[in-house]
Amino acid sequence: MAEVEETLKRIQSHKGVIGTMVVNAEGIPIRTTLDNSTTVQYAGLLHQLTMKAKSTVRDIDPQNDLTFLRIRSKKHEIMVAPDKEYLLIVIQNPCE
Amino acid sequence: MAPIVSPSQPSALEERGRRLRRSAPALGVGWGGGGAVSTANRAQPGQFCRAGSAGTEALASGGAASTERPERPERPGPLQDETLGVASVPSQWRGVQGIRGETKSCQTASIATAEASAQTRKHADAEVQTEAPEPVSLPPVPQYDGPRLVAFLRRVEAMVTRELNKNWQSHAFDGFEVNWSEQQQTVTCLHTLGYPPAQGQGLHVTGVSWSTTGSVVACAYGRLDDGDWSTLKSFVCTWNLDRRGLNPQQPSAVVEVPSAVMCLAFHPTQPSHVAGGLYNGEVLVWDVSHPEDPLLWRTGLTDDAHMDPVNQVVWLPGPQHGHRFQVLSVAGDGKVLLWLAVGAGRLQLSAGFALAVQQLPRSTKLKKPPRGETEVGATAVAFSSFDPSLFVLGTEGGFLLKCSLAAEEPALTRLPSSVPLRAPAQFTFSPHGGPVYSVSCSPFHRNLFLSAGTDGHVHLYSMLQAQPLASLQLSLKYLFAVRWSPVRPLVFAAASGEGDVQLFDLQKSSQKPTVSIRQTQDESPVYCLEFNRQQTQLLAAGDAKGVVKVWQLSSEFTEQGPRETEDLDQLAAEVAT
Repeated sequence: MAEVEETLKRIQSHKGVIGTMVVNAEGIPIRTTLDNSTTVQYAGLLHQLTMKAKSTVRDIDPQNDLTFLRIRSKKHEIMVAPDKEYLLIVIQNPCE
Repeated sequence: MAPIVSPSQPSALEERGRRLRRSAPALGVGWGGGGAVSTANRAQPGQFCRAGSAGTEALASGGAASTERPERPERPGPLQDETLGVASVPSQWRGVQGIRGETKSCQTASIATAEASAQTRKHADAEVQTEAPEPVSLPPVPQYDGPRLVAFLRRVEAMVTRELNKNWQSHAFDGFEVNWSEQQQTVTCLHTLGYPPAQGQGLHVTGVSWSTTGSVVACAYGRLDDGDWSTLKSFVCTWNLDRRGLNPQQPSAVVEVPSAVMCLAFHPTQPSHVAGGLYNGEVLVWDVSHPEDPLLWRTGLTDDAHMDPVNQVVWLPGPQHGHRFQVLSVAGDGKVLLWLAVGAGRLQLSAGFALAVQQLPRSTKLKKPPRGETEVGATAVAFSSFDPSLFVLGTEGGFLLKCSLAAEEPALTRLPSSVPLRAPAQFTFSPHGGPVYSVSCSPFHRNLFLSAGTDGHVHLYSMLQAQPLASLQLSLKYLFAVRWSPVRPLVFAAASGEGDVQLFDLQKSSQKPTVSIRQTQDESPVYCLEFNRQQTQLLAAGDAKGVVKVWQLSSEFTEQGPRETEDLDQLAAEVAT
C-alpha cells in the first residue's frame, strides 16, 4: 500500500531527519529507512525504553498515559510516537 | 656330493663303490629319476679325482668305464674283486624327495599377535569469536500494510510533523551542556619523562609512539640537526604510565642502539614490539619486554637496506590476512621498503618502491630534473584510514605524492635491490616551500590529509585536487610534526620549531590555534607528537632537550560535538568546489 510509504517519505523529508522506522509491539522493525544493523539496534532499545516510560507514567498516575517520547542527545534528537500496536521512531539532527 | 679321492685312501673308496652298486637295484630307482647320479669310483693311485664337474663326470661314466679294467692289470690285490656295475643313488632333488621323503614338519611356536592401541592425540574444539556481535538480521517481515498500520500512521503523523518542525526551530537547548563527567578545563602536563644518560649526550627525542594498549609511551633518541655520520650510541626508552611509582627519570625499559634512532612505531597488536629506523638506514624490531635481549629482527646493512637515514616506519597488515605484520620504512634515499619478519631474526624485503624523479606525475611545475637517474628523498608517510593500499608521501622536495601499494610499474632506478622496485606515485600535490616533515591522513574523512614542513605551514589537502584546501602558517621556523586527533574530526595538533605544541580546532577557528602549549622554555624545537588512541585525552610530545611530555587535553579536544562529522564533510566539499 502506497499510503504507508508516502507517509514515511513525508516524515523523512523534514529538515534534519536522519532516519524513520516503524516497530511493532514486539519490538520488531516493520519499516525502516536506515540500514539493518542500526535499525535492529534502535528498534530493540527504544522499544524497551518506551515500554519502561509508559509503565512509569502509568505507575505515577493510573489515569495518565504516555503520548510521546523525546530524547535529546548531544548528536541527535530521537522521537518516539507510541501506540498500542506500533511505535514510530524518528531520528533527527538538532538544529545548528 | 662329489667325493674327493686321494691316493692314500683308495680302498675305502672302492669299498664304497661296491656298496653303492649293491644297493642300487634294491633302491629301485631308475636313471631318469630327476637327475639320479650313478657313481662308480675307480680310484687309482696317481689319479686325483677333482671335486666338482670333473668328479661328477667320472662318476657318470662309471658304468661304461668298468670295461676299462683290463687296461690296468697291475691293480693291487685287494681291489681286484671289483666288479663295476651301476650304482645309483636316489636323487635327493625335488620330486624324488617329494615322493619318498618322509614328511617332517617343523613348527615354530605359534605367532602370538596382540593388538594394542595407543593414542596420544587429544582433540578439543573450541569456538572463539571476537568479532562484534552481529545483530540478528531483520526477520523477513511480510509486507503487510494492515489497515491498522495505516490508521496508526495517520494518527501520529501530524504530531510527529509538528514536533519535527518545532525541534528544528527550537533554540531551547542552545548552549546547554550536561556535565556527566568532570570536565577538564585546561591542558595540563601530566608527566615530564627523560633519560638522563641520553640527555647528557645532547640527544633529541626524534620519535614518540604509544603502545596498542595506550599505557606505554616509547621514545627514540637521536639527532636531527647532525648531518655527520655519527657513531654515537643511542637509546629507545619506554615508560609505562599506568605503573605505580613511575619514575620519570627512569624508563621501564631502555634499549641501547649503536646508531641514532630516527623514528619508531609500536606494533598495532603486540604491546611490547617496537619497530625503529636508524640513521644508518637499518630497520630493527625490538621486544621491550625482554630488556636483556630486546632485538627481535633486523634488516642488516645489506644492499636491500636504506642508504640514508630512515625517516619513518609504519606497521602494515601482512600480505595474507593473518596475524603477521609488515614494517614499511621510508628514507632519504627515495626508497619505500616493505619488510617481513622471517626466522632467525631477519627482516626480509618483501616489496619495494623507489621514487625516480622522471617518473613522478607532473601535475605541478617541478623543477627540471637533473640529468641521469635521481631519486627523491621521502621524509614522511601516512596511510589512508579508509583504503589500506593508499598512502601519502612527503618528500625532501616539498611536494606530496599520492601513492599506492598496488602500483605495478617498475621504477627507473639503478638502486640495488633483491626485489624489483616499483614506482608508487600516482598524483603530485602542490608543494610546500621546503621539505615536508610530517603527513597525517584524517581518520574521519577519506580524502583529507594534513602536511607540515620547514616552511612553517600546515597544508590541508584533499586527495582530489593538487592545490591545498587551506594553508596555515603556524610557525616562523619549522614545523616538525602534525597529527589529526583520533577522536575529534576537526582537531589536529602541530609541533613547532619554537617549542610549542599547537592544538587546532577548525570548528572554532581556522586561522589561529585554539590552544598553544609551551613545551620547552628556551624555544628549542618540538620534534614529534602523537595522540593516544586508547586514552584519548593524552598527547605525547618529544623535544630537542631529550624530554617527552605527556599532556592531558581538556575536554573540548576529546569530546565530539554535534554535527562535527557533517562539518568535516562540508569542509572537504565546499573548498573543493
